[in-house]
Amino acid sequence: MAYLKLERIEKIFGETRVIKGIDLEIKQGEFVVFVGPSGCGKSTLLRLIAGLEHIDGGSLQLDGRDITHLPSSKRDLAMVFQSYALYPHMSVFENMSFALKLAKVDPAVIKEKVDRAAKILNLTQYLERTPKELSGGQRQRVAIGRAIVRAPKVFLFDEPLSNLDAALRGQTRIEIAKLHRDLGATTIYVTHDQVEAMTLADRVVVLRDGIIEQVGTPLELYDRPANQFVAQFIGTPQMNIVSAKQMPALQTTAGLTLPEGGFVGLRPENVVLHPPGQGLLQGQVDLVEALGAETLIYVTTSQGAPLVSRQNERTPLRVGDAVGIQIDLEAAHVFDANGRITRTGQTHETPTH
Amino acid sequence: MKTQHKPLFYVRTLAAWGVALLLFFPLGWLVLTAFKTELQAISVPPLLLFTPTLENFTLVQERSDYLLYAQNSLITSVASTFLGLALAFPAAYSMAFFKGKYTKDILMWMLSTKMMPAVGALVPIYVLAQNSGLLDSRTALIIIFTLSNLPIMVWMLYSQFKEIPGEILEAARMDGATLWQEFSKVLLPLTLGGLASTGLLCMVLSWNEAFWSLNLSAAKAGTLATLIASYSSPEGLFWAKLSAASFMAIGPIVVFGWFSQKQLVQGLTFGAVK
Repeated sequence: MAYLKLERIEKIFGETRVIKGIDLEIKQGEFVVFVGPSGCGKSTLLRLIAGLEHIDGGSLQLDGRDITHLPSSKRDLAMVFQSYALYPHMSVFENMSFALKLAKVDPAVIKEKVDRAAKILNLTQYLERTPKELSGGQRQRVAIGRAIVRAPKVFLFDEPLSNLDAALRGQTRIEIAKLHRDLGATTIYVTHDQVEAMTLADRVVVLRDGIIEQVGTPLELYDRPANQFVAQFIGTPQMNIVSAKQMPALQTTAGLTLPEGGFVGLRPENVVLHPPGQGLLQGQVDLVEALGAETLIYVTTSQGAPLVSRQNERTPLRVGDAVGIQIDLEAAHVFDANGRITRTGQTHETPTH
Repeated sequence: MKTQHKPLFYVRTLAAWGVALLLFFPLGWLVLTAFKTELQAISVPPLLLFTPTLENFTLVQERSDYLLYAQNSLITSVASTFLGLALAFPAAYSMAFFKGKYTKDILMWMLSTKMMPAVGALVPIYVLAQNSGLLDSRTALIIIFTLSNLPIMVWMLYSQFKEIPGEILEAARMDGATLWQEFSKVLLPLTLGGLASTGLLCMVLSWNEAFWSLNLSAAKAGTLATLIASYSSPEGLFWAKLSAASFMAIGPIVVFGWFSQKQLVQGLTFGAVK
């Protein structure tokens, strides 16, 4: 049963509809990630759920109760902001206990709850400090601590890691995943980083221009994207998208039927390089990115289509070398001129279900 | 340890002292004159050395009740400051945190009212005061002082609220704070300095206000500004008594300003450096 239910949610700023009727059901304990390019409405959607923006259409239900027009303070949700938004005039302890104090919880209980949260988040020795005496990572943990002491119905995260440096971001991401596993709290997490989305989410909601493009588990989105946008948004490096015109070999040799003006989508791991003369296509190396565990090789086919190939082995290839390109046709996705998928490629890994 | 200064340093120091003395001269002369007799006050050449007398102060108090005027000044400036803050705080809050399409225009319009000469509104306001029976009442002065300071108060508070990230208030809302708790537990502690300096400035402005108090009040509700003015024309000029009255009128606010100068400067330059 749905714990949080969004029905035809709409938001209008001035004359622009920024959220265009969103339907979504979130189960209790689920970790849902909203992802999409900037301006897609993901943060706005989160703020609508939080009650920080007025909902202009549709309804929002939490735990069987209509909260569409309830003020934020009555919704029993906790939010972690991108800027942390700690109270600068309060100590870490006061920051974390603020909500409980407003709710008139017994001071002894408050202390116990804050101490427990501080222990989980490694903040015990910082409880008396003010936010400006803390590092970025510590502030972030206080912001998370402020949310967890309340045990709210739903945790809302608005791009919580984007102000941290790369190393800390990876580390905090793992901590958030662990925290969710331990607390089992329903969580909605907004990010523009698809790696965060893939690693944290039970289900990912891909948004674009105020509408949902696709909802699914991370691997569903990766393996069975609903359209070209999702296919390209999920996965690094991006899926190769080549127009049908640039791939005549596919039609003639491989017998793949391509729609008029359509595109072929190939994951980089499905593009395999061979010595020149072998494979379906011929091309030339443009760039080699050796990342250690994997190597990305950018090539251009003789028809002018750019492709990326990913392999686990290192390569002796250099820029300008001629190569033969083998394509795993089974795995190729096909999109029509409007980007809708017309053929989903097969994955060779063991099926997920 | 002795530091060697370049000649330019001495020139600059001298110039700075020169400007400071020039600016201070009228005020300094006023203080000196307050302690002279009327005869000494008009002597040519002016006297620098004389036996100071307190006679003027006694005379001023005898002729007109200084304490009544001081009380009027105090009540009107304090009351208009608190009333003004109570009105400006929510106004600045909504403009800073819930910016609408016309917020900027409203702010400009409010400021533009300060550009109009006060005398332009004299007749309508005088008639309003008269018809509502508020002539020569402290209520009328409080209302007028509040309204004339309101644009400045809103602007000062607005620029201070702009420094507070809106997300902090949103976090408070998410934490379950009501509007009142958001004010009292988050916004107020964070802007206390700015609030104080806004209040201090407006208190000084109200205390010094002369135009409206001269025109709307007389013996009953008159402020110290009207007391000073009463020593000028009708009975000829009594320089020494005029000076003594002025000295007593500006004394409190100078002392007040001296102690709160740090707050005042902070408030006026708030948001300017960042």
